[in-house]
Amino acid sequence: MTAETIYALSSGRGRSGVAVIRLSGPAAWAIAGAMIGRTPEHRRIMRCDLTDPESGELLDNSLCLGFQGPGSFTGEDVVEFHVHGGLAVIAGVMGVLGRQAALRMAEPGEFTRRAFENGRMDLTGAEAIGDLIDAETDAQRRQALRQGGGALARLCEEWRDRLMAALAHWEAALDFSDEELPEDLERATHLAVMALRKEITSHLSDDGVGERLRDGLRLVIIGPPNAGKSSLLNALAARDVAIVADTVGTTRDVLEVHLDLGGYPVIVADTAGLRESEEPVEREGIRRARQRAIEADMRLAVFEATEWPAAWPAFSELLTGNCIIAVNKIDLKAPPLKSGPDGVAVHGVSARTGAGMGGLLKAIGDAAAASLQAGAMPVITRARHREALSACADALAAFEARADRLDHPEIAGEDLRISVRALARITGRVDVEDLLDVIFRDFCIGK
Amino acid sequence: MRFIDSAPTDSYISAMYQKACTQGAKLETWDVIVIGGGHAGCEASAAAARVGARTILLTHRIETIGEMSCNPAIGGLGKGQLVREIDALDGIMGRAIDQAGIQFRMLNRSKGPAVRGPRAQADRKLYRQAVQSLLCDHNNLAILADSVEDLRLDSAGRVIGVRTAAGRTLACRAVVVTTGTFLRGCIHVGDAQIPAGRVGEARTVGLAYTFKRLGFRLGRLKTGTPPRLDGRTISWSGLESQPADDPPVPFSYMTDRITVPQIACHITGTTPATHDLIRENLNKSAIYSGQIQGVGPRYCPSLEDKVVRFGERERHQIFLEPEGLDDPVIYPNGISTSLPKDVQLKVLKTIPGLERAHMLQPGYAIEYDFVDPRELKPSLEARRVPGLYLAGQINGTTGYEEAAAQGLMAGANAAQAVSGSEPLILDRAEAYTGVMIDDLVTLGTQEPYRMFTSRAEYRLRLRADNADQRLTPRGMAAGLISAPRSTAFHTKMAALELGRTQLDALTMTPNALKARGVSINQDGVRRSAFEILAYSEVDFARVAQLWPELADTSGPIQAQLEIEAIYQGYMERQDADIRAFRRDVAMTIPDNLDYDDIPGLSAEVRAKLEAARPATIGSAARISGVTPAATTVLLGYVRRQAKDARRLSA
Repeated sequence: MTAETIYALSSGRGRSGVAVIRLSGPAAWAIAGAMIGRTPEHRRIMRCDLTDPESGELLDNSLCLGFQGPGSFTGEDVVEFHVHGGLAVIAGVMGVLGRQAALRMAEPGEFTRRAFENGRMDLTGAEAIGDLIDAETDAQRRQALRQGGGALARLCEEWRDRLMAALAHWEAALDFSDEELPEDLERATHLAVMALRKEITSHLSDDGVGERLRDGLRLVIIGPPNAGKSSLLNALAARDVAIVADTVGTTRDVLEVHLDLGGYPVIVADTAGLRESEEPVEREGIRRARQRAIEADMRLAVFEATEWPAAWPAFSELLTGNCIIAVNKIDLKAPPLKSGPDGVAVHGVSARTGAGMGGLLKAIGDAAAASLQAGAMPVITRARHREALSACADALAAFEARADRLDHPEIAGEDLRISVRALARITGRVDVEDLLDVIFRDFCIGK
Repeated sequence: MRFIDSAPTDSYISAMYQKACTQGAKLETWDVIVIGGGHAGCEASAAAARVGARTILLTHRIETIGEMSCNPAIGGLGKGQLVREIDALDGIMGRAIDQAGIQFRMLNRSKGPAVRGPRAQADRKLYRQAVQSLLCDHNNLAILADSVEDLRLDSAGRVIGVRTAAGRTLACRAVVVTTGTFLRGCIHVGDAQIPAGRVGEARTVGLAYTFKRLGFRLGRLKTGTPPRLDGRTISWSGLESQPADDPPVPFSYMTDRITVPQIACHITGTTPATHDLIRENLNKSAIYSGQIQGVGPRYCPSLEDKVVRFGERERHQIFLEPEGLDDPVIYPNGISTSLPKDVQLKVLKTIPGLERAHMLQPGYAIEYDFVDPRELKPSLEARRVPGLYLAGQINGTTGYEEAAAQGLMAGANAAQAVSGSEPLILDRAEAYTGVMIDDLVTLGTQEPYRMFTSRAEYRLRLRADNADQRLTPRGMAAGLISAPRSTAFHTKMAALELGRTQLDALTMTPNALKARGVSINQDGVRRSAFEILAYSEVDFARVAQLWPELADTSGPIQAQLEIEAIYQGYMERQDADIRAFRRDVAMTIPDNLDYDDIPGLSAEVRAKLEAARPATIGSAARISGVTPAATTVLLGYVRRQAKDARRLSA
């Protein structure tokens, strides 16, 4: 038995003009050939009658596109059927494929996984494909494409090459100390490492923009009970997501809605009203709400017009930084709308009539854009990348501290090795042969 | 050894052997036969004999047992650690060099103990004598001058004996082949080619055909050696001198002190005139004329390579190494070459001090066959032929120390197998020997493989100073360690443990330490004497001032405790890595796994795994081209298989 051949409906579910069904693996071409009555050709589109090879029944009039491994997405032999996107057509073709002994339905992500396993892309490339498929906004799409294009992989490769050179030169001084090596080798290595650490650190201090763009910017709605937070969330999402009632303390847990504001993803979370409460369930809801508000990227504080501005001093510790204040129910009372504490902008809105909602949305969108456009284009898009790069930078800092005193170069070398391993977690493995290649390329070793 | 009590001679041994044979036909039957009397063969036969196997060593010539066929030195960085490991397993190399070393130097002395490597120039004759006399001390060991022409296998493909050039047929239960560069060896000097194993000695052809017939994957490597000079014709005055360490530090844990007189070595170097001459004559070099196909080592380039690849350098240093105290032969380390003899003579004239030097023997390059070491299990037994073990240069390595360490493991494992015991396998976290064998059997090699400290992931642990602590207990369990060493080891460990217990028990507050002149963080946390010892500005003497009861600790134990304190923090960190590594290693891959059965492996990865047949997931992950994803797939498959097997047997 060799690698299994897999198939799946690769386009979305439901009725559509065209649907794409993909096969990948050693039996892909043979099975497709039996269904279309001739052999697929590499990178050629063929118009064909798609039939059930057993009964000869016509399933669809479709296009068939062949890719011969390794010149395919997965690196294996691949066939794509472009069929009419009717439910019965799709069901008919999938049914025939399902009856083929040599085929099995692909697991989610399995085509990409095979591409990765067959060396068609590195780990960051595979992640980027997942991100592209999940992208909901323009900015997310741009970021996923950038990573898929190798922005992070190239950077890591470059860092890795420089780090390997530094490590190789450091190790050369340890392994070949009785050879004629350049005198300033240790110093030069130290300087190279310092420069590298500065670069990595500058990427790390990107304020987490890449992860926030990928995951969505978190905006938490806070405020006293019954200020209309849930109604405001509904108005933002223009659909009912939270239970809204006039009873105080209805929202006890945390609800979320994903918004696309000017291309930037914002995840808005409703929270329980903040007040003193004796009821244990509500108290837990309030504790969670505060916690989320503190951790959030942005806060939207909502107050009832009748209580504005008298209510805000009780919330003052949450009304700082990236915060927007909405005074709701302006259809009931027009309050004085000066700016809030710390110059935080105050918007008058009515979730019920929609008055002022446009201005509020724009303000949130502007704040999101400002927050996500800060600095250069980020390359770190996942916590995994950040963890590995931080570990790398920490080990480089330890190296520098150790290298300043030359008493234990082998321990400093250990720090460099730790940093190389950390960086390798992002894209791949480090081979000691790579290291020796650098040593023997750069120095004349051998008495 | 059974038949001899003084330095052996060829005819004497053969006569003794024949006499013994006439006393009983049983002497035709052995537990272990070792083929080859180089560094691998000596350690292999000695180790097999120590484990208790009836062992015979077969070699072309008895006089050359223990010969140093290349440079007259033992040890160095990485290599010195290997010698300490051999010694920790009661091998002979460490004790032999301690009896023959004429210039001991601890390399990297100014750097940390983890990367220090003991090295010594050897008196060639003293070394040979020491090796031969140490072999004589072994019971269960016979030596015979004869060369093996073929292996004998039973119908199941198992080794059952050998056939020799002298027409003997010897039966055995395991064979260790250590034929070095002798397999279809070919010497090149300029355009002259001489079939030979080393200068003046016949090569081995019969066995090369045996390996081919049995289907072993063979490759071809090359290495080189410099011309030999008459030291009496060298102008020594004006050359830089490099003295020996005083006092010299022995290799063996069993040696108290070195009694061989110590000498200095001298250093000269090439000149621009040398380089011009090489460039003019490059087309006459066997390496550059295309006559040699074998791959040479990057770290031991010929003089031609140095000039071509590092053209900008004005000088390459040359160490003038004496081959013996009463031997005028000088080994000019650094100018290995395969240029014709007349060019070599001209080259010498361009080198300061060597202008009038008399060349005793020209330098040459040698090409030889090696067996792809991925044919071997971690025990060094061939997967293809049960009972057959390979060690040394035949596995694609270079260097006496690399050969000897493999020889010891192969010999011990052959003997273990004969007695029905599990093989002795050292892993990457416990010995350089383990690193080397794992590299060889999983990755194979493209060039002659040499040990470097950078090959070891756990370098801070694999030190020359603690090889006995790491390996002697393993050796004891395998029956490799003789009684005197066992006793010495237990005594040392008891003293170390006492010292460590004391250091851990004695504590002092930061305040009290400050009052005594040791400045540390004033955090109120008491520090143990061991923790204080880890500070780079604190040595044992300083700690003994703080706690006078420590003053009784012996010097070697003090030094050992100092080293352990320095690395303690990193050891603890590495322990987690090592645990993870051992988990991977513990996940063994069945020897008969069919990689075609595993879905999700690319054809390329499958071919690489098929060639290497890694013994564990840990080894599989280290094969170049086997991606982390493929390793995960493999791990999942092996786990499922193991689970299925358990279910079936339940």
